[in-house]
Amino acid sequence: MSDKISINKLSLFYGDTQALKKVSFAVRKNSVMALIGPSGCGKSTCLRTINRMNDLIENVRIEGEVMLDGVDVYHPDTDVVMLRKRVGMVFQRPNPFPMSIYDNIAYGPRVHGVKDKTVLDGIVEKSLTGAALWDEVKDRLKQSAMGLSGGQQQRLCIARLLAVDPEVLLMDEPCSALDPISTMKIEELIAELKEKYTIVLVTHNMQQAARVSGETAFFLSGELVECGDTDTIFTRPQDKRTEDYITGRFG
Amino acid sequence: MRQSYEKELETLRQEILRMGGLVSQSIEDAVQSLAKQDEQLAKKVIAGDDAIDQMEVDIEDRCMVLIARQQPMARDLRIIGTGLKITTDLERMGDHAFDIAKVTVRLANQPLIKPLVDIPRMARMAQKMLTDSLEAYMKMDIALAEQVCLADNEVDDLYQQVFRELLTYMMEDPRTIGQATQLIFVGRYLERIADHATNIAEWVIYLVTGQRLRKK
Repeated sequence: MSDKISINKLSLFYGDTQALKKVSFAVRKNSVMALIGPSGCGKSTCLRTINRMNDLIENVRIEGEVMLDGVDVYHPDTDVVMLRKRVGMVFQRPNPFPMSIYDNIAYGPRVHGVKDKTVLDGIVEKSLTGAALWDEVKDRLKQSAMGLSGGQQQRLCIARLLAVDPEVLLMDEPCSALDPISTMKIEELIAELKEKYTIVLVTHNMQQAARVSGETAFFLSGELVECGDTDTIFTRPQDKRTEDYITGRFG
Repeated sequence: MRQSYEKELETLRQEILRMGGLVSQSIEDAVQSLAKQDEQLAKKVIAGDDAIDQMEVDIEDRCMVLIARQQPMARDLRIIGTGLKITTDLERMGDHAFDIAKVTVRLANQPLIKPLVDIPRMARMAQKMLTDSLEAYMKMDIALAEQVCLADNEVDDLYQQVFRELLTYMMEDPRTIGQATQLIFVGRYLERIADHATNIAEWVIYLVTGQRLRKK
């Protein structure tokens, strides 16, 4: 399978502080890559470079490449709006817009110029179905999204991404604010979504990384310590620091 | 939380070693009982098998609970996974000691067709393989584990020798067939015990390195 994302010698500085140190790894198309590591290790920073969310922070300097289908996303010609359509992001806390469920999903396609109601209806149903939420909300599409449970809101946010037909989904601890049942639903969903999309997942929950990802990358103090098959990382990691972290003997 | 977890893992290892000790004693007693035609000792081995079986169940439960409660990873996971496998190997060895003791009881009132030489030799070798594999497990000693794997060939050769020798006895005098067959079984049980000791040694290598020893 080909590499969808390829990160080469990526360094990132917040002012004088170096948050990523020459990180290199690749994510195959239609796979799930989990980024793990203790707080402040750079995993979320790394995730945010892929759709240039770090652009919004001042004093950020980047060296190296982040290639999406072989094209550097930091190339001056990159259309950042298009990039974020292709590479969507789900955050720690669900962030639905304060509008109806329907309008949450239709928002993106409308911004991108879709006006036809039948087409929009189709996109809404397909996206909600894709996010495993349709059956739970199909009878109340006009109600406010704020009335949904946390887990449903998070799946709504995923549906909102799917509505603009992305290629890559970035998930930054998508279950950390959810109860175990909602977490399980999101994990099931991730397994389904990888059939169509390429997923990069940041998680603090190592069991989650072990359950849902095909490959795992372990970060520590801005360095990529080890990256490989999830099976290998969790049964016989090569680096002692990885072993110490995943067995809970860290520090 | 991690401290009690580490203590639990250490307890698991100690329990496996304790079970290994019981099995080792059981094999020794079984072979002694056969060589000396000591029916009392044989009955002790037979009675002791339940305790070994119970230890296997306890160790398995311990492993299951650790998996459920701690979600072990990496080396910890290998300690538990190999624990489950090693306890099975030990239990089988215990069964073979039990089988040998049964032969002692069966042959209790008849003179042996020949003084036993190779069978006790096989027993010593198989037993040394077991104690070495347990020591390798205790010390996480790969070199010792590799030695155990090599020793298995010698036991296999010795078994072939025992088999051929008893076959000639049977051909010469059909009245020996009953007893000789029993003794061939004993040879076979010892050969299996050596195989299980080899398995344990291979699990030690996997436990320490994460790599499988390729079966030859």
